[in-house]
Amino acid sequence: MKDRIVGQVKRVNGPVIILKDVTDASMMEMVRIGEQQLIGEVVKLYDGRATVQVYEDATGICPGDNVYGSGLSLSVELGPGLIGTIYDGIQRPLEKLMEASGAFISRGISFPALDHEKKWPFVPKVEVGANLTKGMTLGEVVETERVVHKIMVPPSIDECVVAKIASEGDYTVEEIIATVVLPDGKEQKLTMVQHWPIRVPRPVTERLALKQPLITGLRVIDTLFPISKGGTVAIPGGFGTGKTMTQHSIAQWCDADIIVYIGCGERGNEMTDVLREFPLLIDPRTGQSLMQRTLLIANTSNMPVSAREASIYTGISMAEYYRDQGYHVAIMTDSTSRWAEALRELSGRMEEMPAEEGFPAYLPTRIAQFYERAGFMKCLSGETGSISVIGAVSPPGGDFSEPVTQHTKRFVRCFWALDRALASSRHYPAISWIDSYSEYLTDVQPWWSQHSDGTWQINRQRIMELLQKEVRLQQIVKLVGPDALPDSQNFILEVCSLFKTAFLQQNAFDEVDRFCSVGKQVRMLEIILGYYQKGSEAIAKGVPMVKIRRLKVVQEIARMRLTIENDDLQAFDKLQLRLERSIDQLGGIYED
Amino acid sequence: MRTKEETLLVHTDRHLLSGREYRGTSRIDGPLVYMRNTHPVGYGELVEIIAPDGSHRSGQVLDTSDEAVVVQVYEGTDGLNLPDTGMRFLGEPLTLSVSEQMLGRVMNGLGKSRDGSTLPQGAVEKDVNGEPINPTAREYPRDFIQTGISVIDGLTTLIQGQKVPIFSGNGLDHNKLAAQIARQAKVRKSGADFCIVFAAMGVKYDVARYFIDSFEETGVLDNVALFLSLADDPSIERTITPKTALTLAEYLAFEKGKQVLVIMTDMTNYCEALREIGTMRGEIPSRKGYPGYLYSSLAELYERSGKIAGRGGSITQLPILTMPNDDISHPVPDLTGYITEGQIVFDRSMQARGIYPPINCLPSLSRLMKDGIGEGMTRGDHPHLANQLFASYSHVKDVQNLASVIGEEELTSLDQQYLEFGNFFEHKFVNQSFTEDRSIEQTLDIGWEALSILPSEELQRLSDEEIAEHYGK
Ligand SMILES: Nc1ncnc2c1ncn2[C@@H]1O[C@H](COP(=O)(O)OP(=O)(O)OP(=O)(O)O)[C@@H](O)[C@H]1O
Ligand SMILES: [Mg+2]
Repeated sequence: MKDRIVGQVKRVNGPVIILKDVTDASMMEMVRIGEQQLIGEVVKLYDGRATVQVYEDATGICPGDNVYGSGLSLSVELGPGLIGTIYDGIQRPLEKLMEASGAFISRGISFPALDHEKKWPFVPKVEVGANLTKGMTLGEVVETERVVHKIMVPPSIDECVVAKIASEGDYTVEEIIATVVLPDGKEQKLTMVQHWPIRVPRPVTERLALKQPLITGLRVIDTLFPISKGGTVAIPGGFGTGKTMTQHSIAQWCDADIIVYIGCGERGNEMTDVLREFPLLIDPRTGQSLMQRTLLIANTSNMPVSAREASIYTGISMAEYYRDQGYHVAIMTDSTSRWAEALRELSGRMEEMPAEEGFPAYLPTRIAQFYERAGFMKCLSGETGSISVIGAVSPPGGDFSEPVTQHTKRFVRCFWALDRALASSRHYPAISWIDSYSEYLTDVQPWWSQHSDGTWQINRQRIMELLQKEVRLQQIVKLVGPDALPDSQNFILEVCSLFKTAFLQQNAFDEVDRFCSVGKQVRMLEIILGYYQKGSEAIAKGVPMVKIRRLKVVQEIARMRLTIENDDLQAFDKLQLRLERSIDQLGGIYED
Repeated sequence: MRTKEETLLVHTDRHLLSGREYRGTSRIDGPLVYMRNTHPVGYGELVEIIAPDGSHRSGQVLDTSDEAVVVQVYEGTDGLNLPDTGMRFLGEPLTLSVSEQMLGRVMNGLGKSRDGSTLPQGAVEKDVNGEPINPTAREYPRDFIQTGISVIDGLTTLIQGQKVPIFSGNGLDHNKLAAQIARQAKVRKSGADFCIVFAAMGVKYDVARYFIDSFEETGVLDNVALFLSLADDPSIERTITPKTALTLAEYLAFEKGKQVLVIMTDMTNYCEALREIGTMRGEIPSRKGYPGYLYSSLAELYERSGKIAGRGGSITQLPILTMPNDDISHPVPDLTGYITEGQIVFDRSMQARGIYPPINCLPSLSRLMKDGIGEGMTRGDHPHLANQLFASYSHVKDVQNLASVIGEEELTSLDQQYLEFGNFFEHKFVNQSFTEDRSIEQTLDIGWEALSILPSEELQRLSDEEIAEHYGK
């Protein structure tokens, strides 16, 4: 690669380099800079000059240094072995980097993303003579206990006839597993690897409706603000309000097949935490280690800012590749604000005209393009798969009116607003039930109806109404104190307060509570509404509210999230019974 | 287009040319000096500046092109002029010669002796900019540091290898607290080889003196390396001081296996110095005139903390920053909070009420405490107890607000109990003296004493067993 010189360095300004005497570089081409062979990408071409974004620290680069072309766009390598690996923003495997340069990441080293030596058990799924079109499966590889990796005809081949196919056996990703004949009669040899330019969405047949919820195991999300498989959501919140914890929880417990977790400009220790913890956690649905379905990208805050900009595209391209195999993929980006800031920094160094708060005018377009890559799709192979995008947003000062939050809001359909006051009082997850919304409610309603004996929609609505009433009542209480309200209204405050501690709060560190099954969520909501119903009736009969809230069974309700296991639905029947009895008894005393 | 031979020639040339002196600059603007007609100079290279009076200063290349080189001069540009200023480009980045003998010494922001004495030549030269730690090489920090301060140990527990800033304001007791932590901090695992790296950026001499005296009193001064870039030193030097300090810290922690506590004060001055350079270069600013890359610049410092698997040592960072106008949403505390693993937040009204340390626990947070507390580390009841104290104290705040509207007498008896709890909590749990060193058990017991003021059915974050064991005891 060192042979094709495309120009010389004219100027170095941090991660942005200007080249002169540019001969045949093309847009988005990946280049190597200087004798250190730092990786860069051409982002502008004009008048014999080029602007290059460098993906590594530019220290030491000099005017006059040669820049070498690669002839390729910045691409990801796709094939078996992605799962369980941790990459940097331009898909360099961090474990390999550590073997090469130790605990600190040095510059100018690179490795292929996939292990080219490892042998994978390939099972052919087509025969010689088969007519295939792009995206169709040639064979399969068991990548992890949980994921069967489909080896597909790359999207660049519209149609072909299989001339040779490897027999069942172990192959490296470099070995040829099929030879196909294209319509023009040319032969093409295929391996298990595909390359894909990260900034281009992989093609699909069509977008489908988003009817299935992505079950996250977090009650406030699933019950109040659900997201569909293939949906998009933003989690905005000031520092320490719980964006990362929420994303970790979802990455651990949601019912997607594949998780792509992107640490984009965040902390090193958080990635280490995922890396150390996920292999030990067991997926409640499959009984297998969570690492068996997880891909990680770590471009932490102290790693080069251009690679941070690239990291989300690297991640979503890998997600699309698994979607094309017919999987449901959930992708977490923590945090999209750091990505936007990388854009801002690069744009500033390129001396572009800034729009709001120094961000480039194309910020909204880029945000939209990213979220557009989500969806529930009919893939080229004919199977269906989805990508759900869950993006954290870190607004400066926690102020949601800033550009990144505002533009993101335009392109996502679900919004989980984190509230600083809730986080300070250690109400976790600190998702505000006032400022959050989901536009997927009607999409997922039939699914939930089926899974709750038809009660979900009405119960959700009832509790949301109580929460709205509470806001108004709280305003009165703030002015005149709770004694001014009649018991029937004070009881609404009481029920809402119970709903918050017993249902909305969820402790990510508690063995039982950290993941809540659909059945448990449905029953918990029923019990709390039952408490409201029975309690209100008793109050109408003259029972004082204090007596009701002191009932032992209320304490049990407050702790049911911690004490009752996910599949122990009988325990809820018993609890319900005790609740009814206790209140009836109390009512009995006052009736006389 | 050049041939390979020519390329080689350029490179040989550059090596030969590095070290050559150029005289006559084309422009001086604040801490920045522009020079034309040099040999090709590398980005980030170290520069030696020869002032007209013959003295030497150091600088770094900020921007390089085939037309001009922009150099920032760490000791400032006072006394430089256009014709007689000389420069040597050294062909390598700024390095620090590190050694264990730096402990016990007082240095400037570049790691040179402050008192004119010669420093022992270190064995190893380290690039002060450091390199990012590979996340796969990190070890997740878990070891609890007992500071002897209840509100920290109990509610925002410090972990060895964590980065936790103190968000303070002018005139508050942050220096006192940092000194107390430095004095009392211990890890229960014995045999730890402990030392302190102290970096002062733009603070007054008294502040530095206060720390030196306090280290001296405790007898640890020989184990402290001080990098001082004080208020009357050139502001540009502040931009390099924390990097120099952390370069030594990395050496001590990851090559010598020491447990290093890095105290950096005042981060706000560091950020202001960055803003100055940014403005000077005509960069497009983001919030409040700070450069758009402030987040990355701060991260490059704060992320130089933690533990590396198999290396024994650790870097725990305790940066101190004063919030302009006590505003926590100001870019400096805000961006810091987004990078660090929690924060300790000071509250002026608590100091006014005579509470020391004046820490408001509600906005304070330790993100790493989850893995460092509980059975086998502190005590089994610790996680739930902390949770309950937070929840109850946050209700106290609501009650106080209500009381200020309707009067205390109008409160329900339960809410009055909450007020009593809040009072006890602030004056007995949070408040303690500068010399008081409480064990974690003492801290937790005081926490229970506070909660025992409330009826037990209010304590929903605690389990029945925990209540049976500790409540009202
Ligand atoms: N569901 C939860 N259960 C228990 N604790 C939580 C939960 N969510 C958040 N926390 C607490 O809040 C702390 C901060 O959460 P988190 O790291 O997710 O914040 P963040 O919004 O990602 O902050 P930043 O923007 O600074 O990265 C955690 O360390 C943890 O102590
Ligand atoms: Mg986070």
